[in-house]
Order: sequence, then structure tokens, then C-alpha cells
Amino acid sequence: MAATKMEAQAGSSLSREIVVEAPQERAFRVFTESFDSWWPREHHIGQSAMKQAVLEGRQGGGWYELGEDGSRCQWGTVLVWDPPRKLVLTWQITSQWQYDAAFVTEVEVRFSPEGPRRTRVVLEHRHLDRFGAAADQMRQTFSSEGGWNGLLQRFARAAEQPA
Amino acid sequence: MANGSTDGFGALSDPTRRGIFEELALRPRSVGELAEKMPVSRPAVSQHLKVLKDAGLVVDRQEGTRRVYSVDPRGVEAMRHYLDRFWDRALAAFKRAAEEEKDS
Repeated sequence: MAATKMEAQAGSSLSREIVVEAPQERAFRVFTESFDSWWPREHHIGQSAMKQAVLEGRQGGGWYELGEDGSRCQWGTVLVWDPPRKLVLTWQITSQWQYDAAFVTEVEVRFSPEGPRRTRVVLEHRHLDRFGAAADQMRQTFSSEGGWNGLLQRFARAAEQPA
Repeated sequence: MANGSTDGFGALSDPTRRGIFEELALRPRSVGELAEKMPVSRPAVSQHLKVLKDAGLVVDRQEGTRRVYSVDPRGVEAMRHYLDRFWDRALAAFKRAAEEEKDS
């Protein structure tokens, strides 16, 4: 049983790490302040091409994209702002690639010095199981009595009533 | 960057593709059925489906003479694989940026 639980937990998050030849302070600063300089350009959810990726350096700040057309698409917020050690962001982009305030997964990034000019960066994206739950929920909403099926059935019944 | 159209973000940034994906989220459909619902031609629907399939968002199966598409039932797994690859690329780009920047 314990093994099953551990597997389930392992399945609900992913972890990546990388060693950067840069001091801890600089690694943290480039990750956050210079976020736009390295974030892959093609990774945007807006319909317009991305002009800028922004990460606001404070607890409660947002991280979002600005489109060429002036639109702004939110990705999530800064949950923990602890420079130069730790950063926790919410990733609120659903598997439908849309921001959803009610959908929350977390991205934690830790910066540990391994020397004066070397930093280990560990990134963990947690609660990935919620992507499945959100998909199920959406399916239920669409197919429930209150969803489109129910509305159409009510419409059909009403339309069939003799005048 | 050249592969932008084959990842999830790119695949769903097109409104028609997003529409096709949402139709498939409701129930599996053939290319012909989708073409009737969408304001684009059948070849265009096929092209969009190919992009969605390459991005791991939909799967297809042969049913008699027609090919039926549906949202990948391993959605969570697909998302996980997608994010795995995505964070690898993002962190590699971050590493380059951090190592290029001069100490100030």
C-alpha cells in the first residue's frame, strides 16, 4: 500500500535540476528579473504572438505574457518570494491552455550555492494530478443535466409541448 | 522555436484548432463531422488534426472506412510528458542566460 501511495505521489509531480556556472544571487536574478530574456518565445497561451514575458518580483505578484496586440494573459502568481533561495509560482494554465483562477498547480524553484560561482537549480512542478481532475470536471459539466445536454433536453421538451 | 507549432501551447494558440479540440473533448468525431461543424474546409481540418496529434493532444483510430479522432485519454500523462520536455528546454535556456550575463 505504501509503495502505491509513493508511486501516486511521484506521479503527481515532476522534478528537474540543472547546475549553472553562476553565483546564487545572479542565478536568482536572471531567473526572475531577466525572465523575458530566456523564457521560450513559443510558449504563450494568447492568440497573438508574445511580446514580453513578465515575472513580478514580489509575493503576490503576477507572471504573465504581454501579446504583440497589447493583450495580457495571466499564467499565475508568486506564492513565495525568498531571494536568492526560493521562488514558488502558481501555474494556472489548464490542459486546455487557458488561465483558470480555480485551477492551481505549483512550480517551486530552489537555488542552492555549490561554490562561489556555481548554483544548483531544482525545479519541481507539483499537483499535476489536478490536470486530470480538471478534465474530468469539464467533461462532467458539459455532460451533466445542468450542462448543454440538460439545456438541450429541456429545450426539446419545451419545443415538443403542444401550443 | 521552429517546432513551436508542434507543442501544446502552439497547437492550441490557433482559435480553429482550439475549437476542434473542444469539439473532441465532448465526444470523438470523424474528419467529416468536424468539417461540418467548423467554418473551414475538410483538408484544413485534417491539417489541424495532424498538428493536434503531433502535439500529443488527440489520438485517432480507424473505424471501418472512417478515421475517428478523440482527446488523448491519457491527458494527464500527455500533459506530464509535455511539461517534462518543456521544463528541460526552459531550464537549458535559463542556464545559457545566467552564464552569459556578466557580474555587475
